[in-house]
Amino acid sequence: MRGAPITGRLAAAALLAAAIALPFLVPAYYVQFATKVLIMGLLAMALNLVVGFGGLVSLCHAAFFGLAGYVLALAAPQYEAGSLWLTLPLAVAAAALAALAIGALSLRTRGVYFIMVTLAFGEMLFFLFHDTKIAGGSDGTFVYFKPEAMIGGLRLLDLEKPATFYWVVLAATLAGIALLAAIVRSPFGHALAAARVNERRARSLGFPIYRIRLTAFVVSGALAGVAGYFAAAQYGYVAPQMLGWHVSATVLVMVVLGGMRTVTGPLVGAALLMGLEEVLRAATEHWKLVEGIIIMIIVLTLSNGIRQLFEMAFGTATRLARRRPAEALPAREAGHA
Amino acid sequence: MDLVSLAVQLLNGVQYGLVLFLVASGLTLVFGILGVINLAHGAFYMLGAYLTYWISAYTGSFWLALAGGVAIAFAIGLLLEEIFVKRLYGRDHLAQVLLSFGLILVLDEMRHILFGKDVHSVAAPAFLQGSIRLTEVLSYPVYRLAICAFCLAVAAAIFFVIQKTRIGMIIRAGAENRDMARALGIPFDLVNRYVFAAGIALAALAGIVVAPISTVFPGMDNQMLILSFVVVVLGGIGSVAGAAIGALLIGITDSFGKVFFPSVSSISVYLVMAAVLLWRPNGILGQREV
Repeated sequence: MRGAPITGRLAAAALLAAAIALPFLVPAYYVQFATKVLIMGLLAMALNLVVGFGGLVSLCHAAFFGLAGYVLALAAPQYEAGSLWLTLPLAVAAAALAALAIGALSLRTRGVYFIMVTLAFGEMLFFLFHDTKIAGGSDGTFVYFKPEAMIGGLRLLDLEKPATFYWVVLAATLAGIALLAAIVRSPFGHALAAARVNERRARSLGFPIYRIRLTAFVVSGALAGVAGYFAAAQYGYVAPQMLGWHVSATVLVMVVLGGMRTVTGPLVGAALLMGLEEVLRAATEHWKLVEGIIIMIIVLTLSNGIRQLFEMAFGTATRLARRRPAEALPAREAGHA
Repeated sequence: MDLVSLAVQLLNGVQYGLVLFLVASGLTLVFGILGVINLAHGAFYMLGAYLTYWISAYTGSFWLALAGGVAIAFAIGLLLEEIFVKRLYGRDHLAQVLLSFGLILVLDEMRHILFGKDVHSVAAPAFLQGSIRLTEVLSYPVYRLAICAFCLAVAAAIFFVIQKTRIGMIIRAGAENRDMARALGIPFDLVNRYVFAAGIALAALAGIVVAPISTVFPGMDNQMLILSFVVVVLGGIGSVAGAAIGALLIGITDSFGKVFFPSVSSISVYLVMAAVLLWRPNGILGQREV
């Protein structure tokens, strides 16, 4: 972003101002919808750290997302609000721990094995909550109260108010963006990208590939946990479906739709896909059929995400042409390795 | 637990494993030859079961459902390869994952439109409906034994085709070194199409034979998909023999897990997978990096 043109920065500032002012501008329903978009966007951005920047297609991030939601449901007392300061770190720690265990095993594999193994471990957590009596088994359980943020007996924020909850989620999302942007720009982020572009070369340069990838996987899982925590609070409900791989795949669609080489692209992808779902759901009972067809069309036509549409329309082909060879060359070498 | 009920559990595990093998062998062949990871594979298992319910409800004949189900699945496989899958050759795995995810949404919603949300049952053929009495209290259904025999016959046919025929030679060459085989003039466009359709047909066949014992219900594809992935990871991608070993291992683990460790039975197969990954990250019979 250092080289971002002034218009780009102005647009970002205007977008941020609009996002903060949103609860004053639209009815409560849309505030809640925007909250959902931010939550799924945070999950998608977290996933993109390993998929887009790390080149590792994970199909188990919904498991971290759902696990954190379950931690909130289980850790909070049933008939009063749980403490945000207590339940949030607990939920994130559980997600990170699960990511550490699953990542440590899955990262021993490569490519398509990695996809299959993450899928299988994610489903293992799904079945753990589905087939046992933990928190209502296959029916799931309710989170009756949103967590509360107290400081010395004083209620700092009333999360039961949709607008306040929205601002808290917005703050978490912005913090997530800041963290991911810092990671991507750090030497660690460059090493992660190097391992994606040419693993053999990165390894011979002395980068500890396994440790780098595992670290990225755990950070990504922890952020997915933050998203899952707020999702459980938002919906007031957790069920095993939250951990299912269909959620992981849907979030992958958001990532690809928004563009994989940017930090905030997946957030845009989340907004687009959830907006699309909202429209389709209102239009037809069989909206999944249409959504499936649209996903297939997107995959077959837009390999660069939705930005490709703009680039096709506004002719930024020169920018693409300058960027492409640099990206294509190492990829070809990796193919030979 | 006495010896007889232990044997019954073993038999159940083997039977489950053999059905898993039918699904997983299709998956592993499609990946080995086409290099395409197909998450919609399980959906065709469900398709087979629903076609069995549908055809046998109309015609009253299970055998007609068997033949018709496999033929329809094969035809759908040819069609899908032509329309979608062939555009994925050479694309990254992510595109393949997402395209097949879109396909799952489409197939599942079509299942909803055509067959509804109800659970259906299918009658086994009349002469396979009895049970064999083992002891005073235990008996074993003939149909489960018939599944074992049938799946063994199909497995034998698969191995015969792959090891002993010219088509099998082409398939093995393709799995070994696609570029070299193509350079030697093997028409992989055609091979790809028929291998994909055959893989789909095998998944459907598995769905057909289990329809009488498992009932036919929405979502029956999901667990089968995940387990067949576990089997492929265990056995090594592209290896049919590995799939056979993995499938039996998972089938028996699942069956005994339910008896001995009922509280953790749902995760026992994944623990086996984790153990194998620690031991051999590329699967029991897997050699190459994919």
